[in-house]
Amino acid sequence: MTDAAETRHGPGRILILVYGVFALAATARAGVQIATQFEQAPLAYVLSAVAAVIYCAATFALAKATKVSRRVATIAILVELVGVLAIGAFSYAVPEHFPDATVWSHFGQGYGFVPLVLPVLGLLWLRRTR
Amino acid sequence: MFEPLTWALVALSLAAMVFAIVLAARDKRINWTLLAILGVIEVGLLVQLVIGIVQLTGTDRDVSGPFFVGYLIGGLIVLPLGALWALAESSRWGAGALAFACLVIPVVEQRLHVIWTT
Repeated sequence: MTDAAETRHGPGRILILVYGVFALAATARAGVQIATQFEQAPLAYVLSAVAAVIYCAATFALAKATKVSRRVATIAILVELVGVLAIGAFSYAVPEHFPDATVWSHFGQGYGFVPLVLPVLGLLWLRRTR
Repeated sequence: MFEPLTWALVALSLAAMVFAIVLAARDKRINWTLLAILGVIEVGLLVQLVIGIVQLTGTDRDVSGPFFVGYLIGGLIVLPLGALWALAESSRWGAGALAFACLVIPVVEQRLHVIWTT
């Protein structure tokens, strides 16, 4: 078994920075949406906030790189994967509930589909460094 | 928006990104030359923040202020964070991570442009 700290070195360096940028962007975006125009699309903005929390959790857990934080990261990234798939599907199926986009709408189309690829890379990386 | 500055920031960021990728490909860590380029970009971003806020207060356009200022400030944070993150890594992947941080700047500039013009 390799050292748990592995997750933050090597290719993980890029992965964590990508997560960090998404955490920053999603948190700022959700904060502004909820503070200034919450009534326009409450569901979408609450989901934006949920996404922001998960990105922050995944970023810090991957960067902390202890045995416990690896477990936290795995759970956060699994939730992220389920989230982007579910919200992606729902945003196509019931678009009237999503008058404004979330990070995960249309499988992350507004963000170059990075939100769809990121959790897959995250899980692969956790597996690789196990 | 002051477009020449936007284009200069996009061009410099992409140049810095290529530089960082070259360093990573050569198995090198980030160096002072790259950090100096990032410093110039940061100064440009600071100037853009000031110009942006001044223009925002004087415009008749229906610009979303919080989002606009959010992207202006967000853009300022990315490179210093990326540089610190890269400096703390002893392998080539530090430079690789910084290359990604550089790529964020053109994206931020594109978003700023869209928010300003629509």
